[in-house]
Amino acid sequence: MTGSLPRCLIVAIALAACVASANGGDIPLDQRRSGYADLGRDTKAMQDDDTSNPATLWVLDGEALWNQKAGSANRACAECHGDATASMKGVAARYPAFDAVQKSPIDLEQRINLCRTERQNATPFAFESHELLALTAFIGRQSRGMPIVSTDEKLKPAIEAGRKLFMQRIGQIDMSCAQCHDDNWGKHLTSSLVPQGHPTGYPIYRLEWQNLGSLQRRLRNCMIGMRAEPFDYGAPEAVALEAYLMWRARGLPVETPAVRP
Amino acid sequence: MTRAVSLAAAIFTALAGGGFGLADELRPYQIAGGAIAVSLTGTPGDAARGRAIVVNRTVGLCLLCHSGPFPEERFQGNLAPDLTGSGARWSVGELRLRMVDSHKLNADTIMPAYYAVDGLNRVAPAFRGKPLLTAEQIEDVVAFLATLRGQ
Ligand code: HEC
Ligand code: HEC
Ligand code: HEC
Repeated sequence: MTGSLPRCLIVAIALAACVASANGGDIPLDQRRSGYADLGRDTKAMQDDDTSNPATLWVLDGEALWNQKAGSANRACAECHGDATASMKGVAARYPAFDAVQKSPIDLEQRINLCRTERQNATPFAFESHELLALTAFIGRQSRGMPIVSTDEKLKPAIEAGRKLFMQRIGQIDMSCAQCHDDNWGKHLTSSLVPQGHPTGYPIYRLEWQNLGSLQRRLRNCMIGMRAEPFDYGAPEAVALEAYLMWRARGLPVETPAVRP
Repeated sequence: MTRAVSLAAAIFTALAGGGFGLADELRPYQIAGGAIAVSLTGTPGDAARGRAIVVNRTVGLCLLCHSGPFPEERFQGNLAPDLTGSGARWSVGELRLRMVDSHKLNADTIMPAYYAVDGLNRVAPAFRGKPLLTAEQIEDVVAFLATLRGQ
């Protein structure tokens, strides 16, 4: 009995070391880089200059929606929230956030739709609709340059669940998110550079889509590539993954609306 | 486009023929000494067909991760070793095991098992119960890899 404990401990340590080296582990904080760092010069310029960034169209539409009365309450977002440059500054940098009423984390799109239904008495916008993307881009734009914040203790269970999903092998291709984005970033998957997979720029204008798209749309693309069944829009698993990605990118600046290949 | 169509056609044929979810049973095989000595189909594969599978990004998927002696293919991956010389480094039986289930050689490898349907999570409905390649395709790829003996 007395002799078996230390041996058990040694096995446990060896096993832990083995697992750590196999997974490659988390990217050290000071080695994290946004997908922006690997963009070509032209794409960087497109993102940096509002007049050439295609997403500006959505931001402007979002601003118009912000000021427009809607729903049977006939209230505009602006009537309650005022000037978004002040009231929405830093908000996108800390979403998904824990919602006290639903007692669960919700992402920014869900938060906007809560105000649609609860405060405006209007029907919620569909995920990936022009309106929801526009409002999300407009609110996200107010956090541009601000560091991502992920400190809420109440988010811990979701972040932990998201981490598990990130590490789990899925699909017919049988790979985990981590095997590309933690272990093989910087390498080439055919012609695509594998980024670290940070959520810094969402919604993004993706050149391949010729459209704006949400973080969840991007995650679905990766999952479909793995021949896995993607999570439904708004599913708790999808929000947990978003929460984990934000925690993983904590401190990196928000770029919304970013441009990606 | 044609590829997508033929893939859809293949799936449809499987549906009409065998019934969904009851895809052809995988053929049995035996691993010994880090190799599968015997052909899954009982006959040798066709190297030319194997090459076509390897360079096809939606069928073999190999060039997502690998590079190799394929001068006509502009974009090749670098997540995995170059396939040049694989046929000299490994015996046919070793190549077959690598293709069938590389996890048997290295549990942590990112190379998917091409002839396995068990132990997978959240596989999209269209691909459920189907291995990445059929036994015939595995043999074609193995036959092709065996020809890669150059430097
Ligand atoms: C009738 C007033 C009212 C209207 C109209 C309204 N909201 Fe809200 N909104 C609130 C209140 C109150 C809160 C915070 C309390 C809560 O509900 O949790 C809030 C919270 C938010 C938050 C979260 C802020 C944070 O700090 O986490 C966002 C984002 C938001 N609203 C966006 C919108 C948008 C976009 C619209 C228009 C589509 C809108 N709201 C319309 C009252 C309103
Ligand atoms: C086989 C490798 C691979 C796997 C597995 C994978 N991805 Fe990706 N991911 C990519 C590539 C490549 C891109 C960039 C695509 C492009 O530039 O066209 C990307 C892009 C992303 C981005 C966008 C980053 C940005 O800068 O906007 C996020 C976020 C992301 N992936 C998350 C995930 C998550 C979460 C999973 C698991 C559900 C996952 N990925 C699985 C290869 C992968
Ligand atoms: C998701 C990435 C990935 C894909 C897709 C992939 N492989 Fe691999 N492959 C690897 C890695 C990584 C290794 C290195 C050994 C290991 O990890 O076990 C490898 C090793 C090999 C080897 C041994 C190389 C040597 O000579 O040492 C062969 C042969 C091989 N793969 C063939 C193929 C073929 C053929 C295909 C397509 C039908 C394919 N692979 C698809 C990642 C991949």
